[in-house]
Amino acid sequence: MSQTSVSAAPPIHPAAVAVKTRGALYQLTERKALPGAISIIGFLIAWQLSITWELPYLSNIPYPKDVWDSLYESVLKSSYWNDWKMSLIRVFVGFTVGQVVGIPLGLAMGASKTIKALCFPVFEMLRPIPPIAWIPLSILFWPTEELSIYFLTFIGAFFVIVLNVMQGVSSIDLSVKRAAISLGASRKDIFFKIMIPGSLPSIVTGMTVGIGVTWNVLIAAEMIAGHGGLGRGTWEAYTNGNLPLILVGMVSIGFAGYITSSLVRVIGEKAMPWRRKF
Amino acid sequence: MVEKAADKGHVVLNNVSKCFFEDEKKILCLDQLSIEIPPGQLTVLMGPSGCGKTSMINLIAGYETPDTGSITIDGEKITEPGHDRLVVFQETALFPWMTVFNNVAFGPKAKGLAEKDIKEKTESILETVGLQDFQDKYPTQLSGGMQRRAELARALVNEPSVMILDEPFRGLDAMTRELMQEFYLKLFDETKITTLFVTHELEEAIFMADTVIILTYKPGRVRKVVKVPLERPRHFSVSASKEYMDIFNDTIEILFEEAKKAFDHDDASSLDIIQSLKRNSDDS
Repeated sequence: MSQTSVSAAPPIHPAAVAVKTRGALYQLTERKALPGAISIIGFLIAWQLSITWELPYLSNIPYPKDVWDSLYESVLKSSYWNDWKMSLIRVFVGFTVGQVVGIPLGLAMGASKTIKALCFPVFEMLRPIPPIAWIPLSILFWPTEELSIYFLTFIGAFFVIVLNVMQGVSSIDLSVKRAAISLGASRKDIFFKIMIPGSLPSIVTGMTVGIGVTWNVLIAAEMIAGHGGLGRGTWEAYTNGNLPLILVGMVSIGFAGYITSSLVRVIGEKAMPWRRKF
Repeated sequence: MVEKAADKGHVVLNNVSKCFFEDEKKILCLDQLSIEIPPGQLTVLMGPSGCGKTSMINLIAGYETPDTGSITIDGEKITEPGHDRLVVFQETALFPWMTVFNNVAFGPKAKGLAEKDIKEKTESILETVGLQDFQDKYPTQLSGGMQRRAELARALVNEPSVMILDEPFRGLDAMTRELMQEFYLKLFDETKITTLFVTHELEEAIFMADTVIILTYKPGRVRKVVKVPLERPRHFSVSASKEYMDIFNDTIEILFEEAKKAFDHDDASSLDIIQSLKRNSDDS
């Protein structure tokens, strides 16, 4: 864009122009909202142009305007919001159960060598299996579709959090643990006052990564097995050949993922006041 | 205020040996070490890296047990960590997730004191170390010197028999370091709390110590015990006195020899002490 403005400008000395444009751009990027807006608008323009210029393979994409209209239509329909609701519930259930089971297991494996020796081999055997690979078994195994999707989102969050918590526990400084022991801390004190807060940064990291994986698994599961949900909605738009609606689905999924991971981040910051930037 | 420690904290190491394993090779770390840390005195431990200072601290604190020999405090054998022997570690070991107040109150809380007593004790010790206005801050919000003071407070509030300070002022800038030395000496003069102080800096050692114990490089044995009969309370001007210089000159040769041994063994960490010694001899 800056190049266009240079060539369109009246004949001034090129060096002066360069300095001037850089100065102007710099001033814009100094503010935070503006670069964001420029980036998004630039993307929309590129999108629009790639269709009008009929770039190879890209000409079938609907215009931004069509997607916008389709989104506007969807927002007015209750079925669209029902998809949101279903997906959010599925993510919430699987993710929460994942944390409730995973955090204690990670803490236990981090704290006790015996428990780690007993659990870790099986854990490491199952962990490399991509969560999506669990879909067929899950459908067969669980009596209802809903349960199998809960299970899959659980898998998505579970392995990530266990691994992070375990690593978090072992990353606690030895001298910090020793200080607590010398000061007379009981085993209970060590667990609740040292190990849990000490591994909290890793727990939050595990949750942030986990919520992303959970959405990945959910969308795949919904496309294959589900009734309703944002993933299913997108898949149905595909089977109906409704291109703008496919994009509406994609944008919605992205937005939903963004909201949930922001939520996790905010909760994490609230839980760790000592990590605030001072 | 901290109460006067009634001559407790008499630590005796009797024929203590300790090995550790490195690459499956057994290395003798402390070799039949017999040391006495007299109560109510400030004993400084010096020696090149690899002389087993840290091992000795871990043994006295009760984090590890000796292979042979025994360690007693006031006649009782040390078998496990306890709040009669508290360590202030090299790098800060404050609990980052607790405010200064909660850090200091950790010991009293663990002991199960009444809420009112905990508050009273903690606030009074925070005042002693000059952190009363920072009690609601987290450790990361404090400067290096303040963190060390908070750490001292966290130990002192438990009225330990022995304070074990493992290079406590390492990493502080020169000015803060001197202030902290002065601060601890003042505290020591008021309480006469038995102190084992580990340092690499000879000036710091002589300035603070009643006795300086120099250990040899691998395995750790006692090389020399130097008495420092300088009068207390001490002021920094003491370093200009003839007595101080005599002790300094007596000691630096021995230290240099041990550091050289470590250096010849390619122990990179010995650079620490050599640099510090070199700085000293450049000054004088």
